[in-house]
Amino acid sequence: MTCTEFLKILDDVLDESIAVETRTEIELHLRQCGHCEVVLNTTRKTIEIFQCNEVYELPTEVSERLHSTIMEKCKKVR
Amino acid sequence: MSTIQPIAGQDEQHPDVALVERVRAGDVGAYDTLVRKYERQIFRIAQHITQNREDAEDVMQDAFLKAYEKLDQFQGNSKFYTWLVRIAVNESLMRLRKRRTGKLVSMDEDVQTDEGSVPRDFADWAPNPEQNYTQAELAEILRKTIQGLPQGFRVVFVLRDVEGLSTEETAETLGLSVPAVKSRLLRARLQLRERLTRYFGRKTPAIAPAAAAPNGDGAEA
Repeated sequence: MTCTEFLKILDDVLDESIAVETRTEIELHLRQCGHCEVVLNTTRKTIEIFQCNEVYELPTEVSERLHSTIMEKCKKVR
Repeated sequence: MSTIQPIAGQDEQHPDVALVERVRAGDVGAYDTLVRKYERQIFRIAQHITQNREDAEDVMQDAFLKAYEKLDQFQGNSKFYTWLVRIAVNESLMRLRKRRTGKLVSMDEDVQTDEGSVPRDFADWAPNPEQNYTQAELAEILRKTIQGLPQGFRVVFVLRDVEGLSTEETAETLGLSVPAVKSRLLRARLQLRERLTRYFGRKTPAIAPAAAAPNGDGAEA
């Protein structure tokens, strides 16, 4: 497996949707290629960081405002 | 923070369906429960698309009201959450269009770039590099990093990786094909990785350790 081939299936590797027979090829490539190993690990970590940390937090006052407006308008609609 | 939910079996009813039925029967309080459940996700999506706090607040409110008004059109063959996300994405794009005085806004904007589609920086990261920053510093880094992505990539990444939609749901929500979503997701992930490496990458020492050793000129005092 070449680096280009690895990169093409990187998403499937990250999403763990790789066919069993390809896994051995990938493991072999990663053992030989430090660059691809770094790309895989740091891309995985990139996703994890964005999943685990709030980029935009909903302020409490915005949430409260939303509820009072929604409830008021919903009662009128139905 | 991830919103990935357990996939209910075919015969198993998603808890949202029961709430939707209660709302349809006139229980407004049940709708408040749905709003509380998804307000943070909808706000985040709206912020990521509009890049503006006031617009995001308006979009969130409009999306929840529209969903309430159109609840009879919700078929129940898709998840309530993905249906709601679709409404929020459309509202966000409409809001952008208004701000740009009618200029067409589409998911294809700026996606022709090749930037970052091939990794260039291979510096490894320290284990848990985010721990070197305060929560506020980290949020700022993540905001700056994701704001720099072309919109068509950013939205795909947010829906698929942050908000937990499947590739198929993301494609349906954005009106894109599954291959287009997959291609954009890969490029978004690689571009974000490249940008975060600037903050989290281990720095290669500029001077070889032997040359950097103290030489007795008192500099280390």
